[in-house]
Amino acid sequence: MSRYAMVIDTKKCVGCMDCVVACKTENNVPEGYNRDWIVQDVMGKFPDLHMEIRSERCNHCDEPPCVHCCPTGASHVHERGGVVLVEHNKCIGCKACLASCPYDARFIHPDGYADKCTFCIHRVEVGLLPACVSVCPTHCMYFGNLDDPASDVNKLLNSRSHHAVLPEAGTKPHIFYLT
Amino acid sequence: MTTHEITTTRMNPMIDPGMHIWGWEIPVYLFLGGLVAGFMVISGYFLFSGRFQESRHVTCFRAPLTGLILISLGMFALFLDLEHKLYAWRLYTTIKIASPMSWGAWILVLVYPAMAIMALIHLPDQKHLPIRVEFLHKLSQSLRSHEGLAKTIGAINMLGGAILGMYTGVLLSSLGARPLWSSSSLWLLFLVSGMSATAAFIHMVAPTKAERELLAKADNGFLSLELFVLALYLIGLATTSDVHADAVRLLISGTYAPVFWIFVIGVGIVIPLGIQILAVNHKVKHTSIPPLMVIAGGLILRFVIVMAGQHSHWSNAHGL
Repeated sequence: MSRYAMVIDTKKCVGCMDCVVACKTENNVPEGYNRDWIVQDVMGKFPDLHMEIRSERCNHCDEPPCVHCCPTGASHVHERGGVVLVEHNKCIGCKACLASCPYDARFIHPDGYADKCTFCIHRVEVGLLPACVSVCPTHCMYFGNLDDPASDVNKLLNSRSHHAVLPEAGTKPHIFYLT
Repeated sequence: MTTHEITTTRMNPMIDPGMHIWGWEIPVYLFLGGLVAGFMVISGYFLFSGRFQESRHVTCFRAPLTGLILISLGMFALFLDLEHKLYAWRLYTTIKIASPMSWGAWILVLVYPAMAIMALIHLPDQKHLPIRVEFLHKLSQSLRSHEGLAKTIGAINMLGGAILGMYTGVLLSSLGARPLWSSSSLWLLFLVSGMSATAAFIHMVAPTKAERELLAKADNGFLSLELFVLALYLIGLATTSDVHADAVRLLISGTYAPVFWIFVIGVGIVIPLGIQILAVNHKVKHTSIPPLMVIAGGLILRFVIVMAGQHSHWSNAHGL
């Protein structure tokens, strides 16, 4: 059994958007749409401000509301790694999954179906890393199996402080940010 | 002052800067669904209580037929909203228990035969039908002669209508990522609002004063209940968490407040309720204006809830 997750080191991420470009190229994401994106989160009280740069995408949640609400089963959890995927020819474009996602990670592809990050499952299945991870110039992104104690993602999560985005939404997200 | 500023490079259509995935089609669909649910419950009640022998009542005949037309219009609006229209048939290849939209699709299919049979019961009383289909009339007479069967059809329609009305609210409240919809009273609000709009509709078209009077009284009850449920809905959200309180502020004092207070509460509930209380006490005449206001208010309620709900968000994590 595997459970894929992504760990992103916010101390190393410079927001260069290589991950965004790699995703668009690898997955032929249409112009004007993004499966992943960069967020700059500034918080604090001037002059004691703290900035965190995050590369964000679908969180491939353990409790994916997008899968639960899908009326046709187009949104589903892939048997490999618990990756949340959309079967295009089952999707009716009702947009319930877009409304159900607290991360707003989905969009409607110009061809009419709901689209999102797939963790580049087509690459992972042949032993490659997701495109965004493979191109990161600062090596701030890690991808691996949470169920494998020896994986990089597990080691990092065990040794560094980290957080997820909107854990309070209760979806058990699988993208973690090292702080 | 503590700052929390978020900048994102994402600008996906219909998602950023604020979600706008559903336009006019979904509020219209939800409104018509609620209206038809009300037709089923009220007409079903007339059958169940044995009033179907009082043949002049439009409630028993015209309402189910009108309901069939309205639910078809609602489903057409829903179809227009789909982005992958050629695959709409996929809805009927599976039943997803966790998806209210899936069981809603099946409920809509069951609504048709239930309402059609109810409409059949009063076929012989209609002198103005353009054609007279003999086997339908025989079927109708047979249904009327079996009082128990007619009452069962009424009960089935009441149950089906209640489920349909609840479903229109559950459809939204199951989408927990939008805090404004994340309320356990939304189904009741939409059900009562649908019942109110139906009572107003029948009140408006009823040919007899007795029936108008009866439906006006019923509508007064539904409107009072709707005010109460709306208050529960607002208070419930305001006291749940900061996220939900932020969401409900959209209605109470935010962008949608003018429309909400003036058109939903004022024009849609309070003013027609006041006029209809005077009407049932014979202080003023029954007119079509209060029912029209109620129907318009019900439609605007769906628009406000759907539009404001899309703007509500779990946190400021994505640039709200």
